[in-house]
Amino acid sequence: MVAVGLPERTVTRRPPARRGRRAAGRVLPLVPAFGLLALFFVGPILWCVYASFTDISLTGAGASSPHLVGLRNYRQMFSDPAFAKSLWLTVVFVIGSAVIGQNVGGLALALLMNGRHRIVRAVVGGIVVGAWVLPELVAGFMWYAFLSDHGTFNAILRAVGLHGGSWLYSSPLAAVTIANVWRGTAFSMLVYSAALSNVPDELLEAASVDGASGWARLRHVTLPLIRRAMLTNLMTITLQTLAVFTLIFVMTGGGPGTKSQTLPIFMYQEAFKFYHLGYGAALAIVLLAVGAVFSLVYLRAMRKEV
Amino acid sequence: MRRKSALVMTAVMVAATASACGGGSSDSKTIKVAYQKFGNFIGADELFKKIKPVFEQQNPGLKLKLIPIEADENSYYTKLNLMRRSPKTAPDVAYEDTFFVNSDAEARFLRPLDDDLKSWPDWSQFVDAAKAAGQAADGHTYGIPMGTDTRGLWYNKQIFAKAGLPQNWQPKTWNDVLAAARQIKSKVPGVIPLNVYAGKGVGEASSMQGFEMLLYGTGDKLYDDQTKKWVAPSRGMGAAFDFLKTVYSSGLGPTQQQALDPHWSDNVAGQELPKGKLAIALDGSWLPQAWIPGGANAWPQWSSVLGTAAMPTQNGQAPGKVSLSGGWLLSVGARTKNPSAAWKLVQLAMNKENSLFFYVKATQVSVRKDVVADPKYLEGNPTQRFWTDLVSVTQYRPAYNVYPQISNQLQAASEAVVTGQSSPRSAMNDFAGQVKQIAGPDKVEARS
Repeated sequence: MVAVGLPERTVTRRPPARRGRRAAGRVLPLVPAFGLLALFFVGPILWCVYASFTDISLTGAGASSPHLVGLRNYRQMFSDPAFAKSLWLTVVFVIGSAVIGQNVGGLALALLMNGRHRIVRAVVGGIVVGAWVLPELVAGFMWYAFLSDHGTFNAILRAVGLHGGSWLYSSPLAAVTIANVWRGTAFSMLVYSAALSNVPDELLEAASVDGASGWARLRHVTLPLIRRAMLTNLMTITLQTLAVFTLIFVMTGGGPGTKSQTLPIFMYQEAFKFYHLGYGAALAIVLLAVGAVFSLVYLRAMRKEV
Repeated sequence: MRRKSALVMTAVMVAATASACGGGSSDSKTIKVAYQKFGNFIGADELFKKIKPVFEQQNPGLKLKLIPIEADENSYYTKLNLMRRSPKTAPDVAYEDTFFVNSDAEARFLRPLDDDLKSWPDWSQFVDAAKAAGQAADGHTYGIPMGTDTRGLWYNKQIFAKAGLPQNWQPKTWNDVLAAARQIKSKVPGVIPLNVYAGKGVGEASSMQGFEMLLYGTGDKLYDDQTKKWVAPSRGMGAAFDFLKTVYSSGLGPTQQQALDPHWSDNVAGQELPKGKLAIALDGSWLPQAWIPGGANAWPQWSSVLGTAAMPTQNGQAPGKVSLSGGWLLSVGARTKNPSAAWKLVQLAMNKENSLFFYVKATQVSVRKDVVADPKYLEGNPTQRFWTDLVSVTQYRPAYNVYPQISNQLQAASEAVVTGQSSPRSAMNDFAGQVKQIAGPDKVEARS
């Protein structure tokens, strides 16, 4: 809509007919793109909203003739303790692995690498990005192998005389959180590295001439200047982390019990193991809403900044 | 993103297929067959590749189009039923889990085959239990069984020798099984005496190879076909939970961490049994699929190291042994444009020769009497006779669409028992409450 509105303002003084033709000329090339977006993006979301109000299923009577059931799926969801637990786990997982882990870790890495020797940057960057380019499935299996009972981590602990543990069993949420931090930090690092290279050295020098400590320079000069990058980064990694499925599915399957069953895993179980597509769609809508809430919080927090 | 995008994809596919509904470009000259092809499982693909030229030669003017779906069972089923929602994409013939016959018949995805079967001489060769597996609650038959699997005990003869147990072990009661496990525990430290699946980690294996193999040996069942009700709680159910508690709380089974690992069933077949770290495994007939040359964990010595024994009933009550079965059917789609050609394809694919071909390729247990008598069926797998004989006592799971949810609750209940979070009795009562919620209070009965 923005793209369509802008040119119109610049041509207000032209005669109406010509203006119309001109606008049509600008809009026309966009039509295929809008069409595709509507078909493959808006359409499915609308269908998902519709499905969440039906009893549509993969098999059984609901497969051939789904009925509108009003708010039944949502009522069922909000009275289901498994859903409440799953929502809570999702929020903890997002805050732990995205907002804190990936975001802070990525910023720290970017700051540490800023201004270092080219070779150091290449080596460290290469290793960190290596974790990121691995397919999620491979990363999941690696972490499963690393943390399992006879895995590398326990072998290392035993070698230095410590007791190993069943990490995936005793602390599944921590395990998947760490794995997600390991995998996703590279993205934040890349975003912040790019942002930091745009911070003018003169400002930092001036601040340090004025006697600002390293921390004060970071707090009052660097961070305000990279605010936009931070906002983009937080939104992106939050939405990505909200939807993490493969990593958790491979490492713990949502278990033991439901101790690491975040919303995507819960949704998978309801939609594809129990065949309640309608209920799964309702969960998807709630997942969308959770993402929207996080985004709003970020937008507000960033607007107030400095 | 994965799952959300999967849902979105679902939506896209449904939207796309729905918009194509009017077209109906599917013609009656092309017969489409959809089946699963995944990992080690390429038997169906080989079968249909083999019969494609034969079918096209026997039926001039017809084309056979193969649609192999490369996906695990859950995803295969999702894809198949999405295809079935539109006449344009619905396959004429499909590889269908026996388990979904009722709900897919209810969804009107399947075509009843009763009239066709009357004039098919081969039908008399199929064993009754398998015939029943293709029959829905409405009394119609919706598919021809492509073979089955059975369940029982695998045991390591080398460990048995060390523990002073017989090489030809045939337990008669649950206590015989526990006694052997105890003897192994005391004489051969360092091995897991007995594995019985439990908990949510291994999913359906926990319900079917684990809990139900116990429950169906007590005289009680999960579902009563006469009263058409789910049965919970029951005396047998309590006994089955008690058995699990005994195994896991007295160190006769794997550790909780092992049992609840989502990869535990792969580890059992791939590592614990081949490496001699597990003495007795309550498991399935298909395990050698991983051990044969070319399998995921080739282990040529498996047939000399491992023995097989039927899982006994609780106190040795008749018929003395218990087995559960799953299996697949060839079904004709309700929306096919050419039912007679689709039926011809099913007949061809499931005749004696092709059934045998499929059983061997897919490590299936035969459900055709004439194939069992064929020496080619038994060669190559010394345990095939044993697993095939279990067909005479085997039972199928209650094939209703609430079963997956009930099974999930069963897994949660068994997990509570083996981790000690609940006593067997309270786990059973919790489970019964969940079943009432899922199936409806009037669809559940208690039995003591």
